[in-house]
Amino acid sequence: MRIFDPHVHMSSRTTDDYEAMRAAGVRAVVEPAFWLGQPRTSVGSFTDYFDALLGWEPYRAAQFGVRHHCTIALNPKEANDPRCRGVLELLPRYLAKDGVVAVGEVGYDAMTPAEDEVFRVQLGLAAEHGLPVLVHTPHRDKAAGTRRSLDVVRESGLPPERVLVDHLNELTVAMVKDAGSWMGFSVYPDTKMDERRMVALLKEYGTDRILVNSAADWGRSDPLKTYKVGLAMLEAGFSAGDVDTVLWRNPVAFYAQSGRLELDDAAPEAEYAGNTIKRGG
Amino acid sequence: MEPDDLVMDAKGWAWLAYATAHCAADPAAIGALFPTAGRACGREPVSGRPEWSVDQEVRVRLMLALPLTGAGLGAAVFDLYRYGDAAERVAVLRGLARLDAERALGDAGLPIVHDALRTNDARLITAAVGPYAAAHLDDDAYRQAVLKCAFTGVPLTRVAGLARRADRELIRMLTDYTHERRVAGRDIAPDIVHVVEQNGHL
Repeated sequence: MRIFDPHVHMSSRTTDDYEAMRAAGVRAVVEPAFWLGQPRTSVGSFTDYFDALLGWEPYRAAQFGVRHHCTIALNPKEANDPRCRGVLELLPRYLAKDGVVAVGEVGYDAMTPAEDEVFRVQLGLAAEHGLPVLVHTPHRDKAAGTRRSLDVVRESGLPPERVLVDHLNELTVAMVKDAGSWMGFSVYPDTKMDERRMVALLKEYGTDRILVNSAADWGRSDPLKTYKVGLAMLEAGFSAGDVDTVLWRNPVAFYAQSGRLELDDAAPEAEYAGNTIKRGG
Repeated sequence: MEPDDLVMDAKGWAWLAYATAHCAADPAAIGALFPTAGRACGREPVSGRPEWSVDQEVRVRLMLALPLTGAGLGAAVFDLYRYGDAAERVAVLRGLARLDAERALGDAGLPIVHDALRTNDARLITAAVGPYAAAHLDDDAYRQAVLKCAFTGVPLTRVAGLARRADRELIRMLTDYTHERRVAGRDIAPDIVHVVEQNGHL
C-alpha cells in the first residue's frame, strides 16, 4: 500500500511516528499551516512556524523516507486576533516557495466578519500564485459553515476543482460533491470520521475526488489512520486499485495542480541515510 | 565560475536576464524572484562543479546583480536568508564567498553564518563552513563550527580552511570529543581521527 497523507501536522509528532508511518506505506505528506493549540500573538511566531514547515520539517521527514510538502495561510481561528493580521502581508513571500503546494488551511472557525475577510483575501492570493486551496470546515455548526465556504469559493471565481474541502462527514459530503470540489475526510480515534463510517461513505459515493487524511496533530489522533482506512477498504471488498486511488492518486492529482509536487525521490538523502536526527547542541 | 559553465535552456537564460535586470534596477525585486529560481531555471548539477546546482548558481548571480556592496549588501542578503526556504538559505550561504570577493561584503555576512551554525540542519551547516567562514569567523566561532560538524555528521573534509586554521585548542577539543565517544563505546568518524592525527604536532 502506498499512502499520501494529504493533511497531517508532523511538527507535533515524534520520529517514532515517522518510522511507523513509513513502515505502513506513507511515502508523502502535506502539512497544512494551522494553529498550535496555544494561540500565537505576533507575526514573528508565524514566520518562524512557516520557516519550520519549509526547512526543518521536510529535512526531518526526508530522513525517514517521507516526502514533505506544506500549505501556508493565516488560519481562521487566529484570523480573529488583530495582532496576527500582519501575516497576510507576508504571505506572498511564502506562497512563492517550492515546497508550498496549496493555500491553507483557510475557511471558517466561528464565522466572524474577520474570518470572512481573511478567507476572501487568501482565495485571491491563491489565484495570484496559481495554487489550489485547502478549506477547513468548522467543528461547530459544520453544515452551515461548509455551505457558506462553498458560497465564498464560488464568488471568488476559483474553479471548484482547485479546492479541497476538508473534515467532511455524512451531512456535508453531498454539497461538496455537487459543487465539483474535492472531498477530504479526517479519520480520528473518537471525533470526526472513523474507518467504518469512511468505508460506508466510499460505498455510497465512490472513490472519485475523495481523499482521506489522519489530520494527526498535538491532540488525540493517529498518524496511521490512513493505513487503517486502506485495510478497512480491503476487508470490505474494495480492490487494491480503489485503495490506491483514495490513498495515493487522488491526493497526488489534487496537489499536483500547484505544479510544485516533487515525488521522484522519497528516499532518505544518501549522505544521512540511517542516521536519526542529530543532536549536536 | 565562468558564465559559460552554466548550462540552461533558452527559457532559463531568458528568465535569468530578466531577473538580473530587475535586481539591478530595484533591489527589492529580488524578494519575489529568488524563491522561483529553481522552477524557472532547473535544479540540475552544474558540470565540473561538484555539489553545485543550477538554481544555486542562478541565485548567486541574482545576488551579484544587486547594486549594493558591504553592509547594505549584507542586510539585503540577510533578508533573503531570513525568508528563504532551505534551498534558498543554502544558496545564500554558498554565495557569501563570491559576494565577498566581487562585492566587498566584508564581515557583513557573518550574521547569516552564525544563524546557520545555530541550526541542526546538516545541509545549512555544510553550506556555512565554506571559504567565507574560514576567512571571517573568529577563532572561538571557527572551533565551535568544526565541533558542530563533528556532532552533526558533517564530514570535516567539507570544512574550508581547516589546514590553515586548526590550532592547539581545536585539536584539544576534538581529542576530548574522540575520548568521550570511546568511553561511551561509540565509533569515531575516520575524518575526525585523521584531523587529530595530522595535527598532533600543535
